[in-house]
Amino acid sequence: MVKLVINGQKVSVPEGTSIMDAAKKVGIHIPHLCFLKQINAIGACRVCLVEVEGMDKLVPACETDCREGMKVITNSPRLRRTRRINVEMILSDHATDCAACVRSGNCSLQTIANDMGIIMNPYENTAEKDRWDTELPIIREASKCIKCMRCIQICEKVQSLGVWDLQGTGHRTTVGVVDNLNIQDADCALCGQCITHCPVGALRSRDDRDILNDAIDDPEKIIIAQVAPAVRTAWGEQIGLRDEESTMGKLVCALKKIGIDYVFDTNYSADLTIMEEGSEFLERLAHKEDYAWPMFTSCCPGWVRFVKTQYPDMVKNLSTAKSPQQMFGAMSKTYIAQKLGIDPNKVFSVSIMPCVAKKYERGVPQVNDSGKGSDVDLVLTTRELDSFIRSDSIRPEDLTDEPFDSIFGEGSGAAVIFGTTGGVMEAALRSAYYLVAGENPEPDAFKNVRGMKGWREQTFNLKGNKLKVAIATGLSNARDLIEAIRAGEVEYDFVEVMACPGGCVGGGGQPFRDGYEMAEKRGEMLYDLDKANRIRFSHENSAVQLTYEEYLEKPLSKISHHMLHTDLEEWDLSMLLEN
Amino acid sequence: MNRLFIKSQDIVQKTVEGLHKDLERRIIASPPGQCPVDLTASFLSLCHSQSCGKCTPCRVGLGQLQLIINRILNMDTDAKMEDIDLLEKTAKAISVSADCAIGSEAANMVLRGLEGYRKDFESHIKNHTCALSIRTQAQPVPCVAMCPAGVDVPGYISLLKAGRYDDAVKLIRKDNPFPTVCALICEHPCEGRCRRSLVDAPVNIRGLKRYAVDHCGDVPVPKKMDDTGKKIAVIGGGPSGLSAAYFLSIMGHHVTIFEKRSQLGGMLRYGIPSYRLPRERLQWDIDAILSTGVECKLDYDISTPEAIAEIRDNYDATYISIGSHNAKDIGIPGEYAKGVIPAVEMLRGIGDDAMPNFENKSVIVIGGGNVAMDVARTAKRLGANDVTIVYRRRREDMTALSEEIDGAIAEGCSLFQLKAPSRIETDKAGNVKALWVKPQIVGKADKSGRPKPMDSSEDEEKLPCQIIISAIGQATDIQFFEDYGIPVFRGNIRAGKNSVVDANYGTYAGGDCVTGPSTVINAVAAGKVAAANIDSYLGFNHEIEANVDIPLPEMADHTPSGRIEMRERYAKLRGSDFDEIEYGMTYEEAMHEASRCMRCDYHGFGAFRGGRNTKW
Repeated sequence: MVKLVINGQKVSVPEGTSIMDAAKKVGIHIPHLCFLKQINAIGACRVCLVEVEGMDKLVPACETDCREGMKVITNSPRLRRTRRINVEMILSDHATDCAACVRSGNCSLQTIANDMGIIMNPYENTAEKDRWDTELPIIREASKCIKCMRCIQICEKVQSLGVWDLQGTGHRTTVGVVDNLNIQDADCALCGQCITHCPVGALRSRDDRDILNDAIDDPEKIIIAQVAPAVRTAWGEQIGLRDEESTMGKLVCALKKIGIDYVFDTNYSADLTIMEEGSEFLERLAHKEDYAWPMFTSCCPGWVRFVKTQYPDMVKNLSTAKSPQQMFGAMSKTYIAQKLGIDPNKVFSVSIMPCVAKKYERGVPQVNDSGKGSDVDLVLTTRELDSFIRSDSIRPEDLTDEPFDSIFGEGSGAAVIFGTTGGVMEAALRSAYYLVAGENPEPDAFKNVRGMKGWREQTFNLKGNKLKVAIATGLSNARDLIEAIRAGEVEYDFVEVMACPGGCVGGGGQPFRDGYEMAEKRGEMLYDLDKANRIRFSHENSAVQLTYEEYLEKPLSKISHHMLHTDLEEWDLSMLLEN
Repeated sequence: MNRLFIKSQDIVQKTVEGLHKDLERRIIASPPGQCPVDLTASFLSLCHSQSCGKCTPCRVGLGQLQLIINRILNMDTDAKMEDIDLLEKTAKAISVSADCAIGSEAANMVLRGLEGYRKDFESHIKNHTCALSIRTQAQPVPCVAMCPAGVDVPGYISLLKAGRYDDAVKLIRKDNPFPTVCALICEHPCEGRCRRSLVDAPVNIRGLKRYAVDHCGDVPVPKKMDDTGKKIAVIGGGPSGLSAAYFLSIMGHHVTIFEKRSQLGGMLRYGIPSYRLPRERLQWDIDAILSTGVECKLDYDISTPEAIAEIRDNYDATYISIGSHNAKDIGIPGEYAKGVIPAVEMLRGIGDDAMPNFENKSVIVIGGGNVAMDVARTAKRLGANDVTIVYRRRREDMTALSEEIDGAIAEGCSLFQLKAPSRIETDKAGNVKALWVKPQIVGKADKSGRPKPMDSSEDEEKLPCQIIISAIGQATDIQFFEDYGIPVFRGNIRAGKNSVVDANYGTYAGGDCVTGPSTVINAVAAGKVAAANIDSYLGFNHEIEANVDIPLPEMADHTPSGRIEMRERYAKLRGSDFDEIEYGMTYEEAMHEASRCMRCDYHGFGAFRGGRNTKW
């Protein structure tokens, strides 16, 4: 333990604790901008400066470890002056178009500038010019970048892709795509973690709200929406709803107010995914020698992009089952339209997702099988949905619980946990057990796959079949896992990977707050919803049962194959696909 | 009325003079990997401020050059390729038309830039940023970046500051298995860009390394990794071959060194006098290297097709590191007279304890490199009456380190500059009688900036002597290898930056035999590169690491303070024996010097991405 004094208070912390963390321990908050816990402590912004007795130079609290006997002061006239000047300098190199910025109200720089009461900046503005193709799903506004380097670090450390890097030297140092590449050629998974960890509005996803507005405006279009499981854990955060208030019913209500004709649940198609993927897994097991092992889940398009660029020889390991979003899309323009008695040509299929990569996935030409154009016409992130709700001046108190439209609002508890790491695996195991044993297991029989550890494994006995499964979350963990498989160090039968740490609940399209990692808490909300659901198994979803009865025949049937499976080898990786 | 005044500096001038000094140091310590176009713009701006403002090309033109370069650099504007042409045309006009050097030399800088890094100008126009190669050169820690072997300098300085001398040696060995040798004789390129120069003067890095090796205990080498069963032949047991052998052996390979002479060390033993590198200190490093399990075949000359065939048949990869040990001819009449000794031959003999006797003899050394200083000082120790170093250029053009030249002079050698040897006079028995030299005059600068010496109109001079030692460079003994099909280039073995000679056969080469005579740290670096690439060639990816945790920097301001220089034994005492001449630092000195390190691994760009490579 190291003993020190901060603002006169005695503190004792373990060796290796930063001044920032030590101060926090005794309730002293040190403002900071570039710092991101465990990812970025590089002393770049020079906002978290403190005074250390005996030194003339100020030191950054984020990257300075406590030393025995140190005396630290976090507020002094010199600190106030210096910190303020540094924030003014950052503002002078930033396009302060706050009113017209996606991050207004949720911007760390704005907050710090406000807290410091900066109302005039003596420095001339030198913000860099934007030169980015705004048609891309991920957009970097250079004019807003404060060079905190978090995006570089997240992509390198958490996702192991290193898409971003420093460019230029001296005062022209900026962040750009690695090796001066175009982002399209940089193996970006489109996970969006750089977006959700940017302290300002320099990184954002493409805003597609106008497309929905135009569709609503078009009398020829009937709008069918699907809502992904993870969305329900987070959508209320930025419209003023407390967690317990932001029910799925209120979300349905909001979507109806916006002008959506039919609101359905992606849980329906998540259950379909389990039927197809679970059956596929058993089929592969039955003909083990015909397949590459282990089988990988394929519902996360960030992960699919990762495999396609990093380990192209392992694309064959990915399940051919489409993601729930795409299964829903294919159904919306075939069976669902038929069931609703509407012209499939008029269907406009919109999907609300916690994800940026889903914007890419819907545009992949090879994924469309309904024969009615794109199976999914539009993807909006949870953040875009919130923004839509706010721009319609819909207040939390205006919302009441409304049911999903019948019958494709039905989803099992197994489906709802798709939104968190381990959820797809657990859902698949529940139904696989049923398919093998002919009876249901205990619903929570496979709960050992849960958790926040980046790479975990479990062995289960499926009626005499020993199954070794693994789950990875975050692409760096996924890479470690794959490398271990390739080196022959581990062997698995089935592996679930979600690109974003914690799964879709921590997705790149979710609302976020600087300094808070919400995935774990949101994941627990999904497990609560699973527990509360009267249906815990995908195969017991009556809408799914009816779908097979009336349309798809059975899992892996010819028509199921046509509608619900895809050839991932053929998938185009371009981010600017239109069809 | 007073008509004249004594010139004196006012406060303004004094301050500006101080700033000039600061800037000089700052330019010397420029971090590697800065944008050359940006630097050109900055230099131009400085040059422009020096303009007297009289002539148009300088007053207006230098400003226009800046505007064009800034348009190219500015990320907000869209410059065109034609702007480069305009820049060139304008600079040429200023170069030939400015009234004085303030303008023309500034324009010449731009022209040199356009020649040296036109691609970077183009990249700024096309991509609004530097060419990729610029950014990749940017490394956070200048000393590590400047060290050819990439030794973790701030790491070991902080360890020795903490009294952890063994760990310091362990850390150095991660990249360089010759900590002692480099502590004593490294040319310390690491100090060249030391950021401490911005405050006062570079940290005495070599001196600190010396303190660590002077005070460490027995530091065992890392454990050998799992046996790979692969056999590697290293031809030549000098610093490069021994370095490659060390790393490859730790990686689990079986390494055999084939050494032509009776002892290991190459130029470290057969080129560097023991008063600079005592043999037991050299042996300490060699013993550590051999303790990894390297096998040696001494007095084993690879000079027959059978020997090469044996290596090819029995070894999975080969590293050629034969050094550059052949003497070059002086090319003047009489050079084969009795009493003319090539420096390399003399030092080689001394390496095996064959000491020539120069008592009561006048000795002349021809050359201006470190070897010339070594043999001059050695001759003095061997009893020579007087030693004169004859050089056809000036002292400032010598390639020898300044401290070596000072050392030679202090020990009583004299310099005879601007004298080109023209012939050697002999007596009837064929013994050297005198060296005749032709006085030179400095001429125009050559491409490297050194003025070319030219014959002056003065008459030849006679320098009576009995011994002439030629130290005018060395050549590589490539004949045999060339006959055997190893590619050669300008008298050396041709190998890529990856040390590869022949990718198909796993043949690698490095050190002096590839680069020509160079420094020990360059030889070590080549051995390290070869070890990594041979390991990959054999299908492995063994990683060398030190597993040493690095202490935190001290919490202290860096106020200016002096640099501790190494002290030497009194010249008159040391000049007659072969005992080591340099003293190591005292504890006090070492701690003072270590605290001057600014820990660039921790501050500045070093904080980003960890500040060090913990393994390679």
